[in-house]
Amino acid sequence: MNKGRVDQIIEKHHGEASSLIQVLLEIQSEHHWLPKEALDRISEKLQVPLTRILYIATFYKAFSLVPKGRHEVHVCVGTACHVRGAPRILDTVQDLTGIKPGETDADLKFSLETVNCLGCCALGPVLEVNGKTYGNMGPSKTAEVLKNYE
Amino acid sequence: MLRINSPEELEKLRQEILSRSDPSKPCISICAGAGCLASGAGEVIAAFKAEIEKQGLTTDVNTKGTGCPGFCERGPVVIIYPEEICYLRVKPDDVPEIISQTIREKRVVDRLLYVDPTTGEKAIHESDIPFYKNQKRNLISYNSKIDSKSIDDYLAIGGYSALAKVLFKMTAEQVLEEVKKSNLRGRGGGGFPAGNKWEGSRNAPEPIKYVLVNADEGDPGAFMDRALLEGNPHSILEGLTIGAYAIGSHEGYIYVRQEYPLAVVNVNIAIRQAEEYGLLGKNILGSGFDFTVKVHQGAGAFVCGESTALMTALEGRAGEPRPKYIRSNIVGLWGRPTVLNNVETWANVPLIINKGADWFTQFGTEKSKGTKIFSLVGKITNTGLVEVPMGITLRDIIYKIGGGIPGGKKFKAVQTGGPSGGCIPEKLLDLEVGFDELTKAGSMMGSGGMIVMDEDTCMVDVARYFLNFLIDESCGKCTPCREGIRQMLKILTNITKGKGKEGDIELLEELAEVAIDASLCALGKSAPNPLLSTVRYFRDEYEAHVKEKRCPALSCKELIAYHIDPSKCQACMICLKKCPADAIEGGKNRIHVIDQGKCTKCGTCIEVCPARFGAVNKISGQPVPAPIPEDARTLVRKSKEQ
Amino acid sequence: MSEIILQIDGKEVKAKEGMTVLEAAQSAGISIPTLCHHEKLEPYGGCRLCIVEVEVRGWTQLVVSCVYLAAKNLIVRTRSEKVDRIRKMILELLLAHAPDAFELQDLAKEYGADKDRFEKESSFCIHCGLCVRYCAEVKKKNAVGFVDRGTRKEISFIPGIASKECWNCKECFPLCPTEALQAAFVLTKALISSPPSSELVSVGIGKD
Repeated sequence: MNKGRVDQIIEKHHGEASSLIQVLLEIQSEHHWLPKEALDRISEKLQVPLTRILYIATFYKAFSLVPKGRHEVHVCVGTACHVRGAPRILDTVQDLTGIKPGETDADLKFSLETVNCLGCCALGPVLEVNGKTYGNMGPSKTAEVLKNYE
Repeated sequence: MLRINSPEELEKLRQEILSRSDPSKPCISICAGAGCLASGAGEVIAAFKAEIEKQGLTTDVNTKGTGCPGFCERGPVVIIYPEEICYLRVKPDDVPEIISQTIREKRVVDRLLYVDPTTGEKAIHESDIPFYKNQKRNLISYNSKIDSKSIDDYLAIGGYSALAKVLFKMTAEQVLEEVKKSNLRGRGGGGFPAGNKWEGSRNAPEPIKYVLVNADEGDPGAFMDRALLEGNPHSILEGLTIGAYAIGSHEGYIYVRQEYPLAVVNVNIAIRQAEEYGLLGKNILGSGFDFTVKVHQGAGAFVCGESTALMTALEGRAGEPRPKYIRSNIVGLWGRPTVLNNVETWANVPLIINKGADWFTQFGTEKSKGTKIFSLVGKITNTGLVEVPMGITLRDIIYKIGGGIPGGKKFKAVQTGGPSGGCIPEKLLDLEVGFDELTKAGSMMGSGGMIVMDEDTCMVDVARYFLNFLIDESCGKCTPCREGIRQMLKILTNITKGKGKEGDIELLEELAEVAIDASLCALGKSAPNPLLSTVRYFRDEYEAHVKEKRCPALSCKELIAYHIDPSKCQACMICLKKCPADAIEGGKNRIHVIDQGKCTKCGTCIEVCPARFGAVNKISGQPVPAPIPEDARTLVRKSKEQ
Repeated sequence: MSEIILQIDGKEVKAKEGMTVLEAAQSAGISIPTLCHHEKLEPYGGCRLCIVEVEVRGWTQLVVSCVYLAAKNLIVRTRSEKVDRIRKMILELLLAHAPDAFELQDLAKEYGADKDRFEKESSFCIHCGLCVRYCAEVKKKNAVGFVDRGTRKEISFIPGIASKECWNCKECFPLCPTEALQAAFVLTKALISSPPSSELVSVGIGKD
């Protein structure tokens, strides 16, 4: 991510330290992770210590300090999905991808995260891949869905 | 778009919008809420547009992507006005038929109607469906009437008339009095009276004040705020602006959780539209009152739903809560008086102003007034959003509206209040729903999640689930929450794994007491609620886990085993092929046997075993029967026996 | 500044407006145990050990004295059966992290806390935040900060800053109630191996 783009995003938020989280969110959504150079630049431009930026970048779940896989898999583990069998879906995804929540596989194919409710409780258990929601999942259906992603 | 400079101009515009629309012209409204979109509503909307064009009806029919009407279970939901015909589970393939039958011929497509599962009767109109019939939909009914991205639609249903009334006919004190008189209590969880909160801020000497919308709906299984924000964002903006006027604030923020991208989009569109019309910004409606609103997106932290943590996050920091010895309506965002109310609370404000506090207080109980939206989810036939008057019983919500428990299963508990709430057992189903009643039962109102659990849900696992949720979401600042939850979770996890010890339940209660008494914020103080309420009502389940190493609900993986009943197995090979762990031995005409060493207890076998065989069993608290000997595994078919 | 008179453990205590209950107690020679408090730093309210009972309009409440402001006619009890029970549990929870810390051991003796009540945890850190806050508020260097949240929350040095600032300072070391083991360990590690992939060096021993 180049410095110019980071500067543009900072300027869009009027260079205010209070918009730090919004700036980081925008970089995360464009770049899919937060490179160190971007954080250094933000620290310099917004006059915010790097310790605070790193605390924010690790405190909030939306941020990643390492590159993400091509496909972001989110397993909903909200209560409604939980009582309808979400743990089995999560186990299946872990078995198939070989990664745990918060991890990315070595080929940068999948990143796995759990989410605490996507609000599609009627369809639970729910799996989301790259923003597309799959409802009423079971272990075998999960395997079929993941096969579609290369 | 032209700016509206007076209440008269607002009325004129409203009349103009109304005169533009012909009430007899068919309008197809399709739910475009996140739930229906996940069920394929996007494709259905596209199919309607294409079909209407194909049949040359573009000028004769309107289509609308609306907010969530609540019946997510049967989505995508389509309602056809003016007849209000309600079609459920509509697929793109159904669209040509709907257009040619219902729109052209005015005939109802029978197979898409709601069928009452007990009587077999079909319901044509939304209001005939029992799910809706037993609700009191003061807030959510607007969702299906307006295009969530159109301010004109909101104006057509009387939108912003409450704001005009407030700015030109009421003093700030009168607004405050009306809200106080309505006894509107915060819908986000605590149930603090909104009017008192506002008054505190208004009377605080500091001249700069803020109003905030808490749209960080973090409770898992709760999505009513999302439905309102996505479906009817202007109602929130109108309520917020009225609140700002009442306390003398000129700056507001909407804190939306990151997991709700559509809500962020819709509310941003709404803000832009309101600004263009002069309903937000400088000199609103020519009244001289200024008010601006900004959207702040959350970044994924449940604790930010806590008021002080939300304010810390708005200031651009990690969302650590602050001590609340001085209330945030006096010292809040950037140290200034700040009124924070949740989405649903704000949405009630325009109604109270327009219809009066007396209208509002006719609904509900003595201490909990108005209606409340709940998201009814879990093991329930009709999943969705339901709006009911306070004081309705849990039984009515679950059985009359929710249609009871699916699959002939037995009700066990209903969880309310999210991770801060508790589980309410069957014997309390006649409890009247209200802030104080739920708290007394060891749960709480919370934001309105209502998760129904049946006999297959293990209550120890539910407690473990919520603590596992919270250990991930605690900010980690104070000891009782961070370390207390860590230890409580360890003990509970051990219990669910059959490693529970005598004295564990008592130690859990001791840890819970310290978390409640000594934690910094509401997250820690209420974290033990799911644990304590399940211990209180389901102690026998805990004891079965600890003493007998048995999970009565047959749910805890480490305490159960799957077993194929050799007398029932028909050697059909289905489970054998589907087992992801290759743990099933057998073959054609060879009775199948599960290798317990390889079994991962995923449950696929029980799921795929044909119901007419029903050969797979779950067992707990007893040894797995020894596999039948190799030489006895050849299947003897009953037909051959004869 | 006006003077306030309040009652702490039955003794009349004079305090200045804006003073916390803890400060008022200390000025009168009444001791309340603390771990995350430091007179040069902003009140934090993290360890919760300084919890006391106060009586406000006839209601007894549990409040944290390092944050709660002294007020006129306030009645404070620094010890009670409940307060002692909470302190004992807090100490036991923290001793799972730092069983050998002298400060914790002394307090454990006073409150009857059992250092072996809970299984040992892998990190020594008790999250008092003294190092982080001292570096930010007093030294204004921000060489050490918090990362992550909940039970995964840790302190972390930023190698780029630490290599320049820390060797000649080390003022945070003696502040650590767990005998500076943690800070020293982390810092050394940070300076020896600054990993290329991220700017973070964490203290979770089990991690790498």
